[in-house]
Amino acid sequence: MNENPDIQAHQLLDNLSLYYGPKKKFVAICAGTGCRASGSLKVKEALEAELKKQNMNEVDVLATGCLGFCEKGPMVIVHPDKYFYQHVKVEDVPEIVSKTVAKGEIISRLVYRHPETQKTLYREEDLPFYKKQNRIVFGQNGMLDPSKIEAYFNIDGYQALAKVLSEMTPEDVINEVKKAGLRGRGGGGFPAAVKWEGVRRAHGEPKYVIANGDEGDPGAYMDRSLMEGNPHSVIEGMIIGAYAVGSNQGYIYVRNEYPLAVTHLTIALEAARQNGLLGKNILGTNFSFDIHINKGAGAFVCGESSALFASIEGRAGEPRAKYVHAVEKGLYDKPTVLNNVETWANVPLIINKGADWYASIGTEGSKGTKIFSLVGKINNTGLIEVPMGTTLYEIIYDMGGGIPNGRKFKAVQTGGPSGGCIPERLLDIPVDFDKLYEVGSMMGSGGMIVMDETSCMVDVARYFLEFLKEESCGKCVPCREGIRRMSDILEDICSGRGREGDIEILESMGAAIADGSLCALGGSAPNPVLSTIRYFREEYEAHIKEHRCPAGVCKALITYGIDAEKCTGCGVCVKVCATQAITGEKKKAHVIDKDKCTRCGACIQSCKFDAIKVK
Amino acid sequence: MTNVTEIKQKTKQIIKKHKSNKSALIAVLQDIQEAFNYLPKEALKTASNMMKVPMSRVYEAATFYTAFSLKPRGKHIVKICKGTACHVRGAAILQDRFETTLGIKPGETTKDGKFSLETVNCVGACALGPVVVINTDYHGQVTINKVDKIIKKINNEEGAQQ
Amino acid sequence: MVNMIIDGKNVSAPKGSMLLEAIRGAGISVPTLCAHEAVSRSGACRLCVVEIKKGNRTRIVTSCLYGVEEGLTVNTKSDRVLNVRRLVMELLLARCPESDLLQKMAKDMAVEPQARYAVDTDKGKCILCRSCVRVCEEVVGVSAIGLFSRGSYKEVGTPYNEKSDVCIGCGACVYVCPTGHIEMTSTGDKRKIWGRTFKMQACEKCGKFFAPVDQLKFISKKTGVPFKELTTCTECR
Repeated sequence: MNENPDIQAHQLLDNLSLYYGPKKKFVAICAGTGCRASGSLKVKEALEAELKKQNMNEVDVLATGCLGFCEKGPMVIVHPDKYFYQHVKVEDVPEIVSKTVAKGEIISRLVYRHPETQKTLYREEDLPFYKKQNRIVFGQNGMLDPSKIEAYFNIDGYQALAKVLSEMTPEDVINEVKKAGLRGRGGGGFPAAVKWEGVRRAHGEPKYVIANGDEGDPGAYMDRSLMEGNPHSVIEGMIIGAYAVGSNQGYIYVRNEYPLAVTHLTIALEAARQNGLLGKNILGTNFSFDIHINKGAGAFVCGESSALFASIEGRAGEPRAKYVHAVEKGLYDKPTVLNNVETWANVPLIINKGADWYASIGTEGSKGTKIFSLVGKINNTGLIEVPMGTTLYEIIYDMGGGIPNGRKFKAVQTGGPSGGCIPERLLDIPVDFDKLYEVGSMMGSGGMIVMDETSCMVDVARYFLEFLKEESCGKCVPCREGIRRMSDILEDICSGRGREGDIEILESMGAAIADGSLCALGGSAPNPVLSTIRYFREEYEAHIKEHRCPAGVCKALITYGIDAEKCTGCGVCVKVCATQAITGEKKKAHVIDKDKCTRCGACIQSCKFDAIKVK
Repeated sequence: MTNVTEIKQKTKQIIKKHKSNKSALIAVLQDIQEAFNYLPKEALKTASNMMKVPMSRVYEAATFYTAFSLKPRGKHIVKICKGTACHVRGAAILQDRFETTLGIKPGETTKDGKFSLETVNCVGACALGPVVVINTDYHGQVTINKVDKIIKKINNEEGAQQ
Repeated sequence: MVNMIIDGKNVSAPKGSMLLEAIRGAGISVPTLCAHEAVSRSGACRLCVVEIKKGNRTRIVTSCLYGVEEGLTVNTKSDRVLNVRRLVMELLLARCPESDLLQKMAKDMAVEPQARYAVDTDKGKCILCRSCVRVCEEVVGVSAIGLFSRGSYKEVGTPYNEKSDVCIGCGACVYVCPTGHIEMTSTGDKRKIWGRTFKMQACEKCGKFFAPVDQLKFISKKTGVPFKELTTCTECR
């Protein structure tokens, strides 16, 4: 198979990792897309300049990928003590360098404060957000500059590949992944090893290995953060997978909306090639494999496997109607492994630490961890990684910090547009592949959108259907026509034109669309509607029978009014109103003309006295 | 304004870079869009001829994917994130404001060519929702006030340049 | 041969064939709209769905594209199947209210229009079965027409809705269209289709205008047969 790959592989990596290692004292700053949008790059530049100014050239600044606690960005973590600073501004930098980096002193105004106990917690691992997590995959981001392969070597990167090429046969690899119980992290939850075995056994050359980075579920950005923050973990996983199934050509399909991920993946692929880890004769063996990046072009349906293949083949992203598995006939009708980005990132870990270790985490049917995005009406917005089996309650309250502004939890939407809404009484559900199906939802790719009493569940259903209507490829009748008609009915209900019998029509249509659609987009499209009807029927009925929106969201069913006792007559609302609906004298209570008011919300946002009410 | 010869030439360069490979059609269209800010008809015809892909196939791809525009777009492309997290945090209100102030709907461009309005489904910056991306700049926690400020700032910059 | 049970009957079918043929071969009727013998299977209309059972797993599949399997149990009229067919017909009736074919099919299937759906007025009689696009691509080989945009905006036509340079005016698309949506008009020596006017060739023998000149030129180029040998209509040959 290979001549001394043992020595070649390990020596190569040992030599390389002597080059670089973050010096014991370093400052990590999150430079993921989210924190960049909050100005973290300017903070990074300020840190570099200040360290130079204060003659501390031995201290590195490590611009990492996403660190997960997105709510608190820009984030700075001072190593080796791992002091965690949040909402860091450029003005804070001189003090951080002179006090914390130089002397280990804490700056209390930058430190996390527990919202209830008011206790200050300054070590990353003590924060309630991080405490219950098990960040075996995502935690690596904190130690990496994603544009430097040396940083990846430093945390034992590519050791798994070296082990595979020098000690294991392809069958060994498949068996290890099978023992680990790795299931796909993209939403399907299919056992990865079974897929790989299918491709290994299938007839047809060449065979392909693909990473699905099309993460289309709105509100889910785990894959983006992995591709941006630790691209090599995905690449290493794919090379190992390619070896296991006998493939020499791979693809990473990345959403068009993730430019930083594309950049970091491109840099990583080139670095891997230059180090003999990709391309011909990897690590001196006779195994060759390379990866090409394909960018999406704005089609959610391309996350579906056969639509993804069509896109790589240069065509419109329409799913295939034929009943043949991708493992037999996938890309270009050849045997293909398509796995999600997060699935691939788990592979090097399984090889390095062993299947038994991996299988010790999680539940009986769902092994390992899962990265979730926790967004919406939640205090601690961000990405969390927890063992399978963690309950929704723990995620939302222990890690998520509960609902902001003293509001009450109403529902959590999981699984994206294919999933459903889960009400409060079911929060004790352990999150894994199987349990969420039972209550009418699914884990999907990991998006969790939290809602409070100001979210209208009928509006949520309407929102998802409108999304799916725009994203439907249009090939089959049930999806193209059916979703459009369901969407029209929901639009009617939200606008006060709902009719008796609409709920029953939606339920009947939902069943037929689920059964009749060509692919999973149409097949799961009715889920948000059916699950909100199941748990929040009273809201639908209020909209239809009473023309009332209990949550105060649906514009046609609410009115805005000014509380005369709170209004100071400051006139700020008059200036922002686009339809001149507000009138009043200076310093006297103002009035809204209900006929002119479009309920756009501008006045509510600008009123400092909370004087404008929704009725 | 680029003329037809320039369009054809640039398109040929792009196709050569992708080795006239039929599978690279989507990537070719992306590069054409990058070069001209939209997909000119002449570029698509050139692609069809050089790559030996029927014009109907090229047009199918060009109209299927929302990343592509067949009409010239504005200088400042305003993308409002309509992801679930941003929706729950009030993105619809912002869309209203942009539409009313600029006088255009998503998919349209202002007559003076300054602004194009688009909606995008989740850019993955959910902690900052509601998010608006203008060209490559991300704006987080956008309020109606911020919308007004952003539009004003861009108008002022354009005015100063003239 | 493969053995299955369809609607309680024992049925044998050749390996490699589709369920649709097996079911129809057994004398059971299955409605279809997008399947046409001249072109490859589309799987777009979903009317031909049946419920299959393998072991204890049931599934709804389109019989036009599901291959026959040993030991399969098929139900062509289960509640789930009828529900899907009913929905498809209701949706198509609302989309193309002027189509006689759809109205007849609906009547045969005892499906009434769903009053809750507002009828479309801008879709003509096109049900997006894509038989026209397929015949132009697979049989004629010029791909003059395609399916543009996506979702409910999807429509069939020529790029930019302009005259197609590659269309040969053969009318194959018109022949395969189940609802008669595509317009082709003939007046004297002219034929108009997809916005382009074609000059028709008169038969050498009987003088009838039988095919566009462009189509004959295309055939000549494709087959190597000289043009002047193609100027006789099929009846006079």
